[in-house]
Amino acid sequence: MHIVVCVKQVPDTKVIKINPKTNTLDRRGVPSIINPYDAHAVQEAVHLKRQHGGKVSVLSMGPPQATAVIKKSIEIGADEGYLISDRAFAGADTLATSYALTKALEKISKTSPIDMVFCGKHAIDGDTGQVGPGIAKRLDIPPITNISAITKVTKDYVELQRKLQDGYAHIRSTLPCLITIEKEINEIEYAPFPNMLKAVNYQPVVWSIDHLEDVDRKQLGLKGSPTVVGKMFAPPKQEGGHRLEGTPEEQVVQLVEVLKEKQYLFHFNKG
Amino acid sequence: MSEEHRGIWVFAEVIDGAIAGVSLELLGAGRELADKLDVPLAGVLLGENITHLSEQLIPYGADEVYIIDDPVLKDYRTEPFLAGMGKLARMYVPEIILYGATPNGKDIASAIATDLKTGLTADCTMLGVDIENRLLEASRPAFGGNIMATILCKKHRPQMATVRPKVMKALQPDPARKGMVLKEKLEMKEAEIRTKVLEIIKGPGKSVDLEGADVIVCGGKGMGDEQAFQLIHQLADTIGASVGGTRDAVEARWISHDHQVGQTGETVTPKIYFAIGVSGAIQHTVGMKNSELIIAINKDPDAPIFDVATYGIVGDARETVPVMIKAFEELLRENEVISHA
Ligand SMILES: Cc1cc2nc3c(=O)[nH]c(=O)nc-3n(C[C@H](O)[C@H](O)[C@H](O)COP(=O)(O)OP(=O)(O)OC[C@H]3O[C@@H](n4cnc5c(N)ncnc54)[C@H](O)[C@@H]3O)c2cc1C
Repeated sequence: MHIVVCVKQVPDTKVIKINPKTNTLDRRGVPSIINPYDAHAVQEAVHLKRQHGGKVSVLSMGPPQATAVIKKSIEIGADEGYLISDRAFAGADTLATSYALTKALEKISKTSPIDMVFCGKHAIDGDTGQVGPGIAKRLDIPPITNISAITKVTKDYVELQRKLQDGYAHIRSTLPCLITIEKEINEIEYAPFPNMLKAVNYQPVVWSIDHLEDVDRKQLGLKGSPTVVGKMFAPPKQEGGHRLEGTPEEQVVQLVEVLKEKQYLFHFNKG
Repeated sequence: MSEEHRGIWVFAEVIDGAIAGVSLELLGAGRELADKLDVPLAGVLLGENITHLSEQLIPYGADEVYIIDDPVLKDYRTEPFLAGMGKLARMYVPEIILYGATPNGKDIASAIATDLKTGLTADCTMLGVDIENRLLEASRPAFGGNIMATILCKKHRPQMATVRPKVMKALQPDPARKGMVLKEKLEMKEAEIRTKVLEIIKGPGKSVDLEGADVIVCGGKGMGDEQAFQLIHQLADTIGASVGGTRDAVEARWISHDHQVGQTGETVTPKIYFAIGVSGAIQHTVGMKNSELIIAINKDPDAPIFDVATYGIVGDARETVPVMIKAFEELLRENEVISHA
């Protein structure tokens, strides 16, 4: 079984602080990390490899520094990594990103056919979740999104648990297919020492646009991106509130009075 | 792109045999855009035995309903839904398609965008239109600031967006509204489809019911530590509310992710929303600002949460909340006495 996991390097939004007074982003010292959902996807692929044998590859698109997320994947247990890196990819929206990644996946599958492609459910910097289904469409394989468990794997099909708004769907898909991974699918394990050693010196295969085949340059990067950012604006101001005044006790008394007056207490304790 | 692309479509998602709330909301938002662009608004309905649901779409603003009613569309799967939507979009060439930002809405929208090689903006919270250039202005909180970004798709059609549930408003249904129903067929056999739905298990996918809650008490990083965060639970218990948290509270592991309100959590519209120790970043407020009454407690008088709050209390939450709990306990006791008298 050959699984390829698409991984993205993202700024750690956990430590990004927005200065609420100036509305600006405090970028100082914001580290780059592997998109957390992608880390779970790598972990899941490594689990499957342990049970069913095979190989786990990871693929990332980004600047040379994105090698870091491939090293991270090697720590988790991936066998090999590919980085596609070229100015021509810069400024890509989800459509252009899925095109570039698909070209790389096609190249990988020439030497080592792919049974499954994994993506994180979405990337925490953009939150779109659009790239995975885009790749599946381009490769003409079924996409199954929001997977919280892989319940069965055979050489012809997989059975998956797909998270819905109010429950789960149990799905069977033929192979090859593409799935997008929810965090709850597993816990990231502590990296075994040999993996950490391997990761330190690991160098991924790096491809520029010239290494990829049958590439239509018009579909790449900024040029291949139908969406553009129009304007940026401060969120519309709400009319804003009524400030209560006085000591905590006095303010709470005022609040209780308003709630009483407006009959809002009705909503309390309804269970 | 061509002049041919006309009309606004809403993907009408079916959940448990009824039209999803977000699809009705999108008909409300779509109606406004359609009137501005002077084009018809259509609902697109795919499924098995769903033809009668067109009766739900027209009163909420649709002028037209496109239907594919076919057994292969029984439960959502990307392949047949993509085939159906793709076929309709190629035949009738709409200029805008809106989808709810639900798991299925996002899934189908992403697949269609790639199929039609067009742009898609995710998780929008505001929609507008540039009438002169017939451009959809799809806005969402921007990564990287307390700021909104408007995304445009200038050269490709249809222009597409997924929209967060509960941020748009559905119209009052008008049973007298008339509309046209158009049925198409899908030439796809079950044997061609590579995925099967073996079973659907309802609930308990979500252990926390924030969406349906009348009252929510939401705690933020300003509570200081996990122990003080218990005050949020105590207040919620006192008044029978559900507990919410900001992303920072979730990251601190004071509360689990299913309680998170905001851009990457739930969108909620309770009658009363308490925001306690919450700064009011745009990524949070997009998820709660349509609550009927918002009560904020924050020790910083300039915190942006006060801009969306109906009532603001400036003070230390760790002092104010216990006072509040006591006051509400007394009040509810009094009320009980009254209602039993
Ligand atoms: C892509 C992306 C997606 C995001 N999605 C979400 C999301 O879904 N939901 C979400 O909530 N956030 C989200 N965020 C994060 C968001 O930008 C804010 O960082 C977050 O909402 C802040 O949480 P907070 O208000 O709890 O913490 P802070 O911003 O740290 O605010 C704490 C507040 O508490 C006040 N305070 C401190 N001590 C006290 C006290 N003793 N008594 C009273 N008040 C006190 C402070 O004055 C301050 O206003 C997202 C960010 C990004 C980049």
